[in-house]
Amino acid sequence: MFADHLHDAVKTGGEVETVPTRNGFGEGLLEAGKRNKDVVALCCDLTESTKTHLFANEFPERFIQVGVAEQNLASVGSGMAAMGKIPFITSYAMFSPGRNWEQLRTTVAYNDANVKIVGSHAGVSVGPDGATHQAIEDIAITRVIPNMVVIAPADVHEARKVTLAAAKYEGPVYFRLGRSATPVVTTEESPFEIGKAQLMFSRNESLEKKVGIISTGSLLYNSLKAAEELQAAGIGASVLHMATIKPMDTEAVAALAAEHDALVTVEEHQTAGGMGSAVAEFLSETNPTKMYRVGIQDQFGQSGEPNELVEHYGMGIESIVAAGKKVLE
Amino acid sequence: MQYLSSAEITALEKKANVIRQSIIEMLSEAGSGHTAGPLGMADVFTLLYFALLKHDPDNPLWAERDRLILSNGHICPVLYATLAHAGYFPVEELLTLRKFGTRLQGHPHRQALPGIETTSGPLGSGLSQAVGMSLAERIDNPYSSKFFYCLTGDGELQEGQIWEAAMLAGKEKLHNLIVIVDRNGFQIDGYTQDVMPMEPLVEKFESFNFDVQEVDGHSMRALNDAVGKAQAVYGQPSVIIAHTIGGKGVDVFERDFRWHGNPPGKGPEDKIPKSDQARVALEKLRTLAGMIDKDNHA
Repeated sequence: MFADHLHDAVKTGGEVETVPTRNGFGEGLLEAGKRNKDVVALCCDLTESTKTHLFANEFPERFIQVGVAEQNLASVGSGMAAMGKIPFITSYAMFSPGRNWEQLRTTVAYNDANVKIVGSHAGVSVGPDGATHQAIEDIAITRVIPNMVVIAPADVHEARKVTLAAAKYEGPVYFRLGRSATPVVTTEESPFEIGKAQLMFSRNESLEKKVGIISTGSLLYNSLKAAEELQAAGIGASVLHMATIKPMDTEAVAALAAEHDALVTVEEHQTAGGMGSAVAEFLSETNPTKMYRVGIQDQFGQSGEPNELVEHYGMGIESIVAAGKKVLE
Repeated sequence: MQYLSSAEITALEKKANVIRQSIIEMLSEAGSGHTAGPLGMADVFTLLYFALLKHDPDNPLWAERDRLILSNGHICPVLYATLAHAGYFPVEELLTLRKFGTRLQGHPHRQALPGIETTSGPLGSGLSQAVGMSLAERIDNPYSSKFFYCLTGDGELQEGQIWEAAMLAGKEKLHNLIVIVDRNGFQIDGYTQDVMPMEPLVEKFESFNFDVQEVDGHSMRALNDAVGKAQAVYGQPSVIIAHTIGGKGVDVFERDFRWHGNPPGKGPEDKIPKSDQARVALEKLRTLAGMIDKDNHA
């Protein structure tokens, strides 16, 4: 059963609107800027593409155009935070946190600087630009850094809420955004809190077999659709949406594992080091649980249409359904 | 510009000598760390902390302080010794350098010790942070009289990020940003001119829209004049290329790149055996290399 606050079109199986998550960031940043004069934004020549232009147009004196220089971006952000600012540093995820990882580790995280790292164009759904611009390792490289919070919002509404929550949170936060239009699954009313996972679909308790799906980021829609299909096939399925990958909502994950026979994790990221790995690390020490991790299997992406690529790399609805059946064998 | 009398200059020179002695003592006790750079920059640090910086050792987070960002974190023994002698923490604590549980980490960590503005060590990121601080200050206070000093090495200028930051500083006309380059001419693998030539360095910075000065990095008066001029520059960031002698003050260490990354006791043995290196260095400093016979100790 769908959570009440989800979009009607999702609940009824109607046509779902699609909007890029980066749009939610653009709106959220503008709103955060209006609420707090200490919010500043920096960008590396991708201002419109990352939707930072909404803020830059409204607050030109609080926007720094850094040019194509992501290492500088990270450390300039750190310097501004040292003076009390709340910098949102924006680029494509491949370049930030990709190219500037050490600057983020030392000058942002080790300094515990109040910098928000916004990586747009994450995942293979970047599409035609190809593998060079498809960040599918960003969760792995950020979640290993102490002090760093890591978040992957599901859709445009959640991206807006994540942006506002990050502005309020004291300390380094990384969040990833997608380029392509993503199904709008949640609503203005859907709850978001850093560190809290949300049960978005609860299984039919009359079904004997039980699989728990944990999704993060843009694949929440596919996960929900897969859960519906699994239930139609006689398998009870729940979907826990874990937007915050670090710190993990261990209570929710432990409960999901305890109440299901096996788990499937779903993310638009390498299975190595991603959200599924984080879940496996936790459960292997507390409640070893049979798992299948849906994601990219140690490969680079390629050019193509977003949905085509998501399907090709095994993250489509049917792939998640198959994973749910397989993990119960 | 800050006026310094002859008596004040002499007092600063003595203070720098005491700081050099502390550097030798702490490195010798630690058994690892860099020697040449810290000794070479003792005059610059002494002038800044004892004559030029607006700061308050009793209130290290005083909002109106100038900021000193050490980008080449490996020369932190000179920063630590200067901070201790300025009153930020007890001088005795210098002997804990690099030991387990110390506030004096092998490379400086902001949250570990009062007076440290940023964590540094991985080269090339300090200038970006100083640029960020200066930009943030301008948003809040366009007529600010705070200065942001960024100290870098010369080998460090081989990092691309330095020039990313320099480009932004020039673009944004950050006139309260003053970069001081420790131009001692060597790095771990040898002389900078062999490892990766930096010259023409003046023209490099000029082409990034900096006001550029070159000075003797051991002359308090020349350094003071240069900082005074840099403070007066408007519409441009400034860089002072301070020509220093690595190992300055201990003649047997001077100009020898083998002292870049070794402490007394682990340096080259062709002039002094390892076991005598710390003792000889302290004696050289206390007697100003034998020029005076009385003890010049603090």
